Amino acid sequence: MDAIILQILNGLDKGGAYALIALGLTLTFGTLGVVNFAHGALFMLGAFTSVLVSQALRLESVTLDPTKTTPWGTPMEVRVPYMEAWFGDFGTLMMDYSIVVAVILVIPTMLLFGVLMERGLIRYFYKRTHAEQILVTFGLAIVLGEIIKATFGANPIPVSAPEALRGSTDIGALFGMEGITYPWWRLVYLLSSVVIIGSVFAFLNLTTYGMVVRAGMADRETVQLLGINIGKRFTIVFGIAAVVAGLAGALYVPILPPNYNIGMDFLVLSFVVVVVGGMGSLPGAVVAGFLLGVLQSFASLTEVKDIFPGIDQIIIYLVAVVVLLARPRGLLGRKGVMEA
Amino acid sequence: MDSTPDKTMMTENRSPAADTSAFTRENTDTPSRLPPQAPQMEPLWPANRDVIMTVLFAVAVFAMPIWLQPFGAAYPDLMQRFVIFGIFAIGFNILFGLTGYLSFGHAAFLGVGSYAAVWSFKLFSLNIIPALAMAIFFAGILSLAIGYISLRRSGIYFSILTLAFAQMCYNLAYSVLTPITNGETGLRVLRDDPRIIDAAIYGTNEVAVPRADFFGITMTGNAGFYACAVCLVIAFIIALRISRSPFGMMLRGIKSNQVRMNYIGFNTRPYTLVAFVISGMFAGLAGGLLAMVDPLAGAERMQWTASGEVVLMTILGGAGTLIGPFLGAVIIKYFENIFSALGDTTLMNVFSFVPEGARDFVVAIVSPFVGEGWHLTLGIMFVLVVCFLPGGLIEGFRRIGRMFRAKKES
Amino acid sequence: MVANRVLHVADVQKSFAGLKALTDIDLEIEEGKTHAIIGPNGAGKSTLLNVCVGRLAPDRGAVVFDGDVITGKTPYQINQLGIARVFQTPEIFADLTVLQNVMAPAFAKRDGQLRLNMWSGLDSAKDIRAEAEHTLADLGLAEKRHEDASALSRGDKRRLELAMCLVQHPKLLLLDEPTAGMSRLDTNRTIDLLKRIKERGMTKVIIEHDMHVVFSLADKVSVLAQGKIIAEGTPDEVRANPKVQEAYLGGAH
Repeated sequence: MDAIILQILNGLDKGGAYALIALGLTLTFGTLGVVNFAHGALFMLGAFTSVLVSQALRLESVTLDPTKTTPWGTPMEVRVPYMEAWFGDFGTLMMDYSIVVAVILVIPTMLLFGVLMERGLIRYFYKRTHAEQILVTFGLAIVLGEIIKATFGANPIPVSAPEALRGSTDIGALFGMEGITYPWWRLVYLLSSVVIIGSVFAFLNLTTYGMVVRAGMADRETVQLLGINIGKRFTIVFGIAAVVAGLAGALYVPILPPNYNIGMDFLVLSFVVVVVGGMGSLPGAVVAGFLLGVLQSFASLTEVKDIFPGIDQIIIYLVAVVVLLARPRGLLGRKGVMEA
Repeated sequence: MDSTPDKTMMTENRSPAADTSAFTRENTDTPSRLPPQAPQMEPLWPANRDVIMTVLFAVAVFAMPIWLQPFGAAYPDLMQRFVIFGIFAIGFNILFGLTGYLSFGHAAFLGVGSYAAVWSFKLFSLNIIPALAMAIFFAGILSLAIGYISLRRSGIYFSILTLAFAQMCYNLAYSVLTPITNGETGLRVLRDDPRIIDAAIYGTNEVAVPRADFFGITMTGNAGFYACAVCLVIAFIIALRISRSPFGMMLRGIKSNQVRMNYIGFNTRPYTLVAFVISGMFAGLAGGLLAMVDPLAGAERMQWTASGEVVLMTILGGAGTLIGPFLGAVIIKYFENIFSALGDTTLMNVFSFVPEGARDFVVAIVSPFVGEGWHLTLGIMFVLVVCFLPGGLIEGFRRIGRMFRAKKES
Repeated sequence: MVANRVLHVADVQKSFAGLKALTDIDLEIEEGKTHAIIGPNGAGKSTLLNVCVGRLAPDRGAVVFDGDVITGKTPYQINQLGIARVFQTPEIFADLTVLQNVMAPAFAKRDGQLRLNMWSGLDSAKDIRAEAEHTLADLGLAEKRHEDASALSRGDKRRLELAMCLVQHPKLLLLDEPTAGMSRLDTNRTIDLLKRIKERGMTKVIIEHDMHVVFSLADKVSVLAQGKIIAEGTPDEVRANPKVQEAYLGGAH
């Protein structure tokens, strides 16, 4: 039983990442009608913001201390991180919690970036075919990936979670069971995803702004006829989607050291999630994201792999194929949305 | 060389009733039967033009070792790549250019073609005929399977399905199917592979150097190039015939308005499936030729980035045109060859005419776009093309041509 | 003499999520006649049309065309049996030339729903070409034959769509609000065109809003309101029917 719970938990944090990306994808598709192949790149940018912040905070001043020498007789280098030098204990704390700092920074930066992307490129493609939207965002995704590769190199860059959250904890107690250890940070990630998802839904369902957006998702023309500048709101929506993806990426780095490729890796899977959940359904995207994460986790069990070798790699795609054929509108999709 | 008839070539007979009064013209004769005398029917596509275009194309391809020299591209390895990816792109264009279905999974057929060809080299013979036949056959089977499922949906769903399948194949090639694909190491042709046909003919299956051959001619260097070139010309002719045929017109109709096609009596799904399989077979041929010139098959060919590359080539050259995809393939492979080889030292040499201090600056600016950063340039180029010139280079040429013609007339 | 029944919509019901779109529809279309179906917005006209062309399957009942049951058949199968359809917004092939637009349906008629004709050139199909050219000339589009269909005016696109239908010599022509959004001039032209076709004895079903069109063309009118047929008869009979006037809130214009 505890093995099952462990697997479910294992799947939920990756599922959380899928759900967050898929949420953003569905938002942009549902409101703007744009298929955004660059969405995974936004996830990647968030991740590399964490990397950048971590590296920036850890910049050290290197001085030579003549009093101490290395075994070779040369003066020893004294490396003092600037943060420590300037801010003392607080500085050390900041360095440790670089991810939190990154998260705080990610929100405005990704919002700005998303808005720029929409105003600068995406909005010219609203009237163009889906194929062209796919192509231009695909090209953009390549460009962004290459820029990151040029800046940070091609290898994955590890970033650690804060000291306090590095270990594991026994959460079996919650279930009245013994011995289920689970890494702290992954719990944090899971909780954060739930919070973020909750905020987005709260925004959409509880604010007037959100209501207009939802109305626009259902029927853009009518909303425009009502005199509401739906274009500006859609820009904001795109920005929000970018923030969500960026946060998902920024928080994920202790779990998986990022490299320039993760954008596309997660994008392919997220599209599959969106399709399974139902194109245009926000709850569908979230539910499908978690579900597929858990499914993938179960498929990685050695017992399962013994029967179906390699199943963990392809399980998500298989599910997508089955869903697309059996129930094309997805689990929770609205009937008639993009049924071919 | 484009898909619409050249209007300047048609001579029109202006019939006297050629105005709206025709609308109310009394037409009480027998309802819509063939008139006794067929109207003046100019051919839609003059046959001569097609023949000339094909001949010119063939000449250009076979003469590549000559006219590519000033570009520094006249060596067999590169020319082979031009031709092979040209075949891939022309085939892809039959699907995307004509029907409008955007597949992101064609690299899977390329990979399967390569693997099939290598297995043929290992099991049957080093002769390229069975190898290419196997490549085309297995790619065709796979594309039939994938196409049958994927084409049950259209638009974005179709694209995602093809992407999902391609990723599946790629993952499987690295994991479960390693007995067939040899995983990361790739599949090599060895000296002592079984090669049962060769063993029967020559009495032995061992060879000194395992290279593909064509009845005694080793397919390396220029010989390999010419073999590929022959395949390219054949592929071009097939694509041309398909484009000019009623079938090609139906495909264009499907792209233009699939619903209408259904309502005028066409069962559109088999049409798209056939187009899909044909393009898959072209990809398989390309994969087989790749294995021919370099008998090593690796799964990296099946990654979605390779699928993305052929999309780029087709769009860059001009989707829906005949020569466009080939042009796109040549350009991308050419610049890939040049750009990716540009390291900092070469850049320094290139910019040696710039004064010392500024030179570092210039090199620093340019260097992220070349060498390893070649894909960055490619991505930017792609975005620009999709934004401003969606018809690709062919459209660009046409626009320039129109500008010149307008200037001449003014 | 018993009139030949070309289309029979028998006891058709269709509901969408509890909303009864069509109830107990029983319609008979006679050969050679022009039958108009009118009714206020939301009456179920489009639903009825979609059931007839195979786009929607009714919950109950059947549609019989010339002896064949066509309920549940796909649009292309129904077309091959002899029904052609004109859409509200002209559905044509914008990327093809006018001539190619008309040749395509001719091919479908001659070769059936699937023929992999990949090797022979388009030019070798001389019979198709002649047929298409003739139909274009008939409808006054001959001199535009090599233009891209996207360049045509709205009225010309409607004519092209009609040409695409007529080249197939359909047994039944279904027109879905053919004059929707047209100017008075274009509407009159369309009426004239449809009158000419009528003279040839083609059976037509027209769904219309515009009463002028209905009265100019229809031999028989069925009035649909809230998913039911509330009246049927000649145009004059229907015009005088109080139930119809009530349904339209003030009568026909």
